[in-house]
Amino acid sequence: MTSKQKGWKEIPIAGVCWTPTTEYLTGDWRTFKPVPDLQKCNKCLLCYVYCPDGAIEWKREAEKIEFNYNYCKGCGICANECRQEAIKMVRE
Amino acid sequence: MSSEWKFTTKDLAEKPELLMPGHRACAGCGPAVVYRQILKATRGPIIATNATGCMEVVTTIYPYTAWRIPWIHTAFENVAANAAGIETALKVMKRKGHLKHDHIDVIAFAGDGGTYDIGLQALSGAVERGHDFLYVLYDNEAYMNTGIQRSGGTPHCASTTTSPAGRVIPGKPEYKKPIADIMVAHGIPYVAAASPAYWRDLITKARKGLEVKGPAFLHALAPCPRGWRYDTSKTIEIARLAVETCVFPLWEAVDGEHSLSAPSKVIALKPERKKPVREYLKNQGRFRHLFTPEFEHIIDEIEHIVDRRWKLLLKKCGMA
Amino acid sequence: MTVVKQKLLALSGDEAVAYAVKQSDVDVVAAYPITPQTIIVEKFSEYVHNGEVDTEFICVESEHSALTACLAAAATGARTFTASASAGLALMHEILYVTSGCRAPVVMTIVNRALSAPINIHCDHADSMVERDASWIQIYVENSQEAYDSTIQAFKIAEHPDILLPAMVMLDAFFLSHTLESVNVLLDATVREFVGTRKIPLVRSHEGKLVPFKLDPKNPVTMGPLDLYDYYFEHKKQQEEAMQRALQTIKQVHDEYGEISGRRYGNGLIDPYRLEDADIAAICVGSTAGTTKVVVDQLRAKGVKAGLLRLRTYRPFPSQDLREALENVKAIAVMDRSNSFGAYGGPIFHEVRHVLYDAPTRPQVVNYIYGLGGRDMPQTLIHEIYKDLQKIVKTKRVEKPVQFIGVRE
Repeated sequence: MTSKQKGWKEIPIAGVCWTPTTEYLTGDWRTFKPVPDLQKCNKCLLCYVYCPDGAIEWKREAEKIEFNYNYCKGCGICANECRQEAIKMVRE
Repeated sequence: MSSEWKFTTKDLAEKPELLMPGHRACAGCGPAVVYRQILKATRGPIIATNATGCMEVVTTIYPYTAWRIPWIHTAFENVAANAAGIETALKVMKRKGHLKHDHIDVIAFAGDGGTYDIGLQALSGAVERGHDFLYVLYDNEAYMNTGIQRSGGTPHCASTTTSPAGRVIPGKPEYKKPIADIMVAHGIPYVAAASPAYWRDLITKARKGLEVKGPAFLHALAPCPRGWRYDTSKTIEIARLAVETCVFPLWEAVDGEHSLSAPSKVIALKPERKKPVREYLKNQGRFRHLFTPEFEHIIDEIEHIVDRRWKLLLKKCGMA
Repeated sequence: MTVVKQKLLALSGDEAVAYAVKQSDVDVVAAYPITPQTIIVEKFSEYVHNGEVDTEFICVESEHSALTACLAAAATGARTFTASASAGLALMHEILYVTSGCRAPVVMTIVNRALSAPINIHCDHADSMVERDASWIQIYVENSQEAYDSTIQAFKIAEHPDILLPAMVMLDAFFLSHTLESVNVLLDATVREFVGTRKIPLVRSHEGKLVPFKLDPKNPVTMGPLDLYDYYFEHKKQQEEAMQRALQTIKQVHDEYGEISGRRYGNGLIDPYRLEDADIAAICVGSTAGTTKVVVDQLRAKGVKAGLLRLRTYRPFPSQDLREALENVKAIAVMDRSNSFGAYGGPIFHEVRHVLYDAPTRPQVVNYIYGLGGRDMPQTLIHEIYKDLQKIVKTKRVEKPVQFIGVRE
């Protein structure tokens, strides 16, 4: 293995994980990108509830949804489920 | 039994994300939606255990983990025994004063393979002994992790890699095992069927399952775009159609007393709202072979099975 | 030596084990009945139902779940115990590896029983020998007293923060499990103090903190992930290192226990008998050592320089101790109460012979497969083995390096 990887003395025992998946960006899996139209958005947050990836964030202060494209895999569930038709899937 | 907890989507959005993004489930993964929704139902400290399967793999590819709660996987067929061990350890450690928390919930996740098939013995044993835990079956209706092989949860005539749609045998010859009925027959305090399309219903049921003392079993339908062969954007749509066609009705049984949940109750009261099963099957590649002259009669057969099971359920719910 | 007050009880091997577990402040016991282990869990159930222990007993639906529940409870921070035998241990096979891989210090008694088919409930070592590669510590005992003593020691060895490996204590079916013996037991408080409460070491979690190595909502850790070619090997190396460290820990715990109880079994790893000036020696594990000692005494009385080495710890394998103890013996008979079908001899033979390959003296080593399915191993047969050894020394020739003894033609 490459020398960058840790040796047996450096890692926790028993396969205890030491890195959160938030450090693993799945955004580059995406072919289509969800683009919200915040004018049309009624803030029902169904997209948030149906997202498999937790890639839609509710910004409480700003009172709006925000896509985290670091993680969004572009499945399109949000666009399909949005009753306001406020999310468009756009080819990257 | 009813939960005191009422919530809006904003309440959910403000609860911490216990399953972190960056997990490697496929785009449009139904089980990932189910997991996220269920983890929004937590009421305090919780320990999770997972059977081997898609969600075990995609959430914990070493050294990464998507879990913000303590989590353990040991093997495929034993997740209920994991839960039993954890719950029992917590009980005794609390009694001996070795535990800081007043109460810790225990949740076990398994797919259909880990529940209907290889894990049934451990599950039956654990609920018979009455351990206090919530068992979540995320049912994507085949062994997706190993490449879409049929399980006891695969529906009749679905094409899988071990029950392919052949020229002679059109998919899986057998029928879906009534797993939730089997769990009700164990006499446990809470059993429910839920679909992620009806998120409020699913999350409330998960919460009830955590709140109830003793074993609770939550059967969550979890469509899989890869295995069911549909467009990744349709996961929730298909999860909704399963309910609208009565292929997967929503119900719960509290201490063995059945009742229909709202989306299915509407259909029971207004049967004209029940959609034909064809609507559910047609968007899924695993049933594509049924839409040929040779095998089209099977659709009627499936409709017939669905009707029969629906009627039995209505009877149990006192709505026949 | 500060030998403490003890009580003399008449206990079978199984009862002695149950008594040791009762005294060891175990949190969770999960077990499933199987002859000849059942007395252990029956006896322990009595303790639970009579309020004599503060332990949760999970009466599981299979051995697979028994070990799983112990593993998960141990991962939650509990001290755990289970017991099994034969087919039960075989059913646990998968979880044995998971338990050691999760570094869960479960303690398990195995009452050695033959494997099916044909079904047989009597003693041989096939069940535990097949699990030698599962990264469990394996201690084989000679009598019920040692079963009691070793069970207590096993908790302390397995839970040692440098080790964190599960441990099996093996006793022979019926010869020990069901036979009454006088057993000296320590007082409850003495055992309680000896085993202490379980200490949980710290690990680095995905939150970047050093946290207790257990399932704890305050400090979440992920256990049992998917571990591929980039790190799995490193985790296995860690297990091997822990196993090697256990050689020292087993000796150390055995010594500490010896200080209190006055009882020692060799150095905890090997238990030699009249071996110092021996020309010929047998090697065995378990209760056969008792009969063999009688034979050794008889031979010594006739002026034959015979000795015995009882292997107490089989995993980790005490290679160095064994080599040092045996290098001046001229001919050695390894007695295996199990067979590795199609191999060149039984499992203990393989390792003893292999270790002695490095000894400059290179003694002759032969193998006897004996006692399968509970077949008795009388003194007469053991005499035959020593007779063969004398002949080998005399002629410097080995006629049959591997043979079955006590089987009818």
